Amino acid sequence: MATDLTARIANNPKYQELKAKRSRLGWWLALAMMIVYYGFILLVAFDKPFLATRIGTGVTTIGMPIGLGVIVFTIVITAIYVRRANSEYDTLTEQIAKEALK
Amino acid sequence: MKRLPDLTRQLVTLAALFCVSAAVWAAGADLGQADKQATNWTAISMFAVFVVGTLFITKWAAAKTKSAADFYTAGGGITGFQNGLAIAGDYMSAASFLGISAAVMVGGFDGLIYSIGFLVGWPVVTFLLAERLRNLGKFTFADVAAFRFSQTPVRVFAASGTLVVVAFYLIAQMVGAGQLIKLLFGLEYWIAVVIVGALMMVYVLFGGMTATTWVQIIKACLLLAGASFMAFMVLYNFGFSTEAMFAKAVEVKTGIATAAGKTPAEAAAQGFSIMGPGGFIKDPISAISFGMALMFGTAGLPHILMRFFTVPNAKEARKSVLWATTWIGYFYVLTFIIGFGAITFVLTNPQFVDAKGGLFGGGNMAAIHLANAVGGNVFLGFISAVAFATILAVVAGLTLSGASAVSHDLYATVIKKGHADSAAELKVSRLTTVGLGLVAVVLGVVFEKQNIAFMVSLAFAIAASANFPVLLMSVLWKDCTTRGAVIGGFLGLISSVLLTIVSPPVWEATLGNPKGSALFPYASPALFSMTIGFVGIWLFSILDRSARAAQDRGGFLAQQVRSETGIGASGASGH
Repeated sequence: MATDLTARIANNPKYQELKAKRSRLGWWLALAMMIVYYGFILLVAFDKPFLATRIGTGVTTIGMPIGLGVIVFTIVITAIYVRRANSEYDTLTEQIAKEALK
Repeated sequence: MKRLPDLTRQLVTLAALFCVSAAVWAAGADLGQADKQATNWTAISMFAVFVVGTLFITKWAAAKTKSAADFYTAGGGITGFQNGLAIAGDYMSAASFLGISAAVMVGGFDGLIYSIGFLVGWPVVTFLLAERLRNLGKFTFADVAAFRFSQTPVRVFAASGTLVVVAFYLIAQMVGAGQLIKLLFGLEYWIAVVIVGALMMVYVLFGGMTATTWVQIIKACLLLAGASFMAFMVLYNFGFSTEAMFAKAVEVKTGIATAAGKTPAEAAAQGFSIMGPGGFIKDPISAISFGMALMFGTAGLPHILMRFFTVPNAKEARKSVLWATTWIGYFYVLTFIIGFGAITFVLTNPQFVDAKGGLFGGGNMAAIHLANAVGGNVFLGFISAVAFATILAVVAGLTLSGASAVSHDLYATVIKKGHADSAAELKVSRLTTVGLGLVAVVLGVVFEKQNIAFMVSLAFAIAASANFPVLLMSVLWKDCTTRGAVIGGFLGLISSVLLTIVSPPVWEATLGNPKGSALFPYASPALFSMTIGFVGIWLFSILDRSARAAQDRGGFLAQQVRSETGIGASGASGH
């Protein structure tokens, strides 16, 4: 890529906005995923009886919805990022490209 | 393409030679870990249908595979949805289908903990790497890692990282295939290994990424459909009440414990233990370390990373991870239900259980017997064929990524300094594919008697400790330099391998040293080897005052602009 093109894009406030927004969202969501997963693992390591607590009168334990919840959370958090990136960030990217290449 | 007939002839000769030597091997050693079953013709004919179908696809793909770009990335013309299915097909191995459902049958909730580990890496891939990979890379992840660095050292590192990960993953798949075919088809071990080796060579050699992608897509659809049917039938039998299913499973487990001579209170406790965490996680350090290997290893597996270059742009790359995550998450929910179904329908049926309470054919047969229980003999054949097709799809992806590392990173960039023409590069890829196929078959035979359970987790640990740190730091950290990336990457690679060798599962369980003699007390090295990798990259980068380092740092802005916007990115389809 030509150096002046790089400089032009890098100095575009929209590029700065895109970079900051995406990196903020990406790291926050990555952190959320780690807290949920390692929280689950630590729960398994340190409080097994809690996960084996029965819900109501049946045999279903609280661990079951929590485990399933981690799976659903993983999919949902990915969907949140992809949705935002595919609409908001891609629009910004298109604008940046248009301004840089005109 | 005129060379193909030549190549075919050479291949056939090689394969024939190899069959002879493999037969000699097999004659000398005939005791497997899995019991050989009666020959299952239903399963074999269904598998034959799959093979014929995929060979037609390969023929179609071969006509489209003309350039190196076609070979490595299917010309970049795969859609996000297709790629998502292909990634899922690449990732859902037979080990996770048979192994996790068996683990759930044995330990209940513990099996769920294990499968969750394999899923949580996907958001990390999405947030930090997927679109940046698409924007910076062309054919291999080394394109991204070496973007602003001195090409030769970084490519040599990336190719080493790729080949080591691919080798361990491949051995695990080949041995798995051999064991599986004894169970499912009732054929000899070496036949399975040779069939897998030969078919994967054909797919990759002639059809390149296009054929590999479609084999993976078809396999993913078949596996998801088969597993969905099984889970549906299990739930249907319990009136779609998971509580009823769990209650029955606890009752069955309690009954088994009672029959083993436990007191009623002990038996009830043992029966209920499947509803909560048991012995899977022993110490928190091992648990965290293993979790890190799975989570970050996913973001460093070369055959998975390579799939992001098959889509045309960042948007499709993101869509593909979302689809992949959805399918893989759904699949793990299915295996959980299948595992519980195995408790209620397989463990209670004398047709599947021997006098000692074990499953006929070994522990991994849980899902296979359940297929018979809920769908009869024809469905059993279907699931057996799908399990075998699964291995084929995974090994084809692995071989392709190994071949690309050799031809694109080592041959075209390191040896030819970027001046290799497409045809020569393609030829090297194909020769490497043949080489890798033969090596895989030999390793599959050599490792037949070994306990290879640790190899997939080792592959993840290496990917997390070597490939992932280099990739992440080179893309996101301005001050990263060639020297830092290469030294840190190799430190991560070497430390993860060494720590695995001296850990209890390998040192004691596999190598047979006395208990307690392992130098490294934890089950997975990732917590330590990843730290070594990252600290190594950081330290050797900040200490690097060379002229090259200044050039590396100076290149960051251009790299960042392209990684964020994709402007200037090689549209893989636009060649």
